[in-house]
Amino acid sequence: MDQLLNDFSPGLFIIQSVLMLVVIFLMIKFAWKPIISALDEREEGIKNALESAEKAKLEMESISSSNEKLFNQAREERDTLLKEAREIKAKIIAEAEANAEAEAAKIIASAKEAIEAEKKEALAELKSEVAQLSISVAEKLLKEELSDAKKDASFVNGLLGEVNLK
Amino acid sequence: MKETTHMNLRKSGRNKLLGLISLFVFCSAFASGTAPKSDGDSEGHGAITSESEISEYILHHIKDAHDFHLFSYDDSEGHRRHVGFPLPVIVHTSKGIKTFMSSKFHHDDSGHHVVEKDGVALVKYHEKIYELDQGAHRVEFDEAHHPTNAHAVLDLSVTKSVFGMLLVFTLLIFWFRRHALQYRKNSIPKGFSRILEPLVIYVRDEIAKPNIGEKQYRKFIGFLMTVFFFIWTSNLLGLMPFGFNITGQIAVTFSLALFTYSITHFSAKKDYWKHIFWMPGVPIPMKIILAPIELLGTLTKPFALMVRLFANISAGHIVVMSIIAIGITLRNTMGVIGASALSFALSLFITTIELLVAFLQAYIFTMLSALFIGMAVEEHEHH
Amino acid sequence: MTIPNLVGAGLIVIGAGIGLGQIGGKAMEGIARNPEATSKIQTNMIIIAALLEGLAFAAIFLGK
Repeated sequence: MDQLLNDFSPGLFIIQSVLMLVVIFLMIKFAWKPIISALDEREEGIKNALESAEKAKLEMESISSSNEKLFNQAREERDTLLKEAREIKAKIIAEAEANAEAEAAKIIASAKEAIEAEKKEALAELKSEVAQLSISVAEKLLKEELSDAKKDASFVNGLLGEVNLK
Repeated sequence: MKETTHMNLRKSGRNKLLGLISLFVFCSAFASGTAPKSDGDSEGHGAITSESEISEYILHHIKDAHDFHLFSYDDSEGHRRHVGFPLPVIVHTSKGIKTFMSSKFHHDDSGHHVVEKDGVALVKYHEKIYELDQGAHRVEFDEAHHPTNAHAVLDLSVTKSVFGMLLVFTLLIFWFRRHALQYRKNSIPKGFSRILEPLVIYVRDEIAKPNIGEKQYRKFIGFLMTVFFFIWTSNLLGLMPFGFNITGQIAVTFSLALFTYSITHFSAKKDYWKHIFWMPGVPIPMKIILAPIELLGTLTKPFALMVRLFANISAGHIVVMSIIAIGITLRNTMGVIGASALSFALSLFITTIELLVAFLQAYIFTMLSALFIGMAVEEHEHH
Repeated sequence: MTIPNLVGAGLIVIGAGIGLGQIGGKAMEGIARNPEATSKIQTNMIIIAALLEGLAFAAIFLGK
């Protein structure tokens, strides 16, 4: 301790303290402040650049995922459209078939009706023709065989009964 | 082909480094080993040969000096010649401030040579300047070698350490001003600033930020950086052949420790004082016992800071110089070549370690300063 | 330096040596066990070693 105190030079201490104080302030003003702020600025810049790169990456990802989504949607839409079209086609075909069948049935029915009517008409005509014929036959018969009246009448009646068509 | 040139380059780089180190050690060995003692003690001015002269020389080197002594030699007439240059002496005497060059003492360090300056008689004894009392023409010593008829004066001279200090401060301002200006042009430094920038970032990120905290470190970074680079550069300068010993002066380290102490206690928060005087969370009798211990602790911390730096650097210088002195002391037993080779090898080893110590001490001083400041400004959550 | 001073300095150096050995050894163990914490352990090791060293130096110089 004695030697420490003996070696201690107050003058050196004063000079060192004053110089140190001055140098600390000079260095803070002219060196450390600009250096630290420049470093901070640079680090901030690097941080920002990294962040924006990260953001861009995320954006890219989201864009590609939305692209995928759109694509999928489009495909789905196409599928549904195709499906609908197929359904419509089947329906149309079925409807057409049904219509055609109905039409055919109708046509057949009307044809049958017309045939029936024709038949009836033909029958009626036939009947009246037959009646006419019968009358003329009867007239002839009456003219030739008037003597055998009784026999003739029963003959005519027998003929008529035979001719009675439906 | 490319591989081999690359290897050659690396090899030549390593060789260069080795060459540099050995040149450096050789220079320091040469400068210190052959330089004789400069304190012209009564028994002649000869080269240093005996062990007691060596230890005296080493102890003299550890101290501050008033002139810049490079080396000495014997001229053809057998006179001892000293090569170096004088430094200005500025002393505050009883008759005001006196200035003159240290060459007026004629390399006398024993107090025999009296310098008369405007009616003030001054002598230099063991690198301390004394003013003789009125009427005295010769300095008298008591048994403990303290002058009896003279008193020490306030010595504001530009001593060797002050000279070195000025050199270091000039270098620091020059380097870091240039470094700071570089950022105006481009954000990535070039040249020597490339070495400085990682160091600045190291001090900021490894010393200031973790110890003081992200929020408050900016207030103290200027002090920490300046102290770190001052101590480191001074330590490295001390390893160079000129024999500076700035951080080995107790006055210098005391000043540095006082800076840390003042900054710590002027910026201390309420919590810090509370933890010293009225430690929370312990019973009251314990609080009363703890207060003086804690108060003493605030003093011992900067004291240890001061003594550590001083002792490490002084011890380093003493060890390096003692090992260099092996070349002289073991000359008789090992021969000139053997002793020189041994001292060269050992001093190469120790100087390499000292290079590490130079950084380590700067780091530890700054680290502990940051730690103490951090403890003082920390906001404790109440427990 | 008188002989009691030298003996005291020797005792201090022994104590400091034991302490430094403990610090260094335990730090190495810690690093071996947990290599990721190397830098933290190193920093704390240096701080504690520095505190111990300061104590030893202070004792030596106060006794001198």
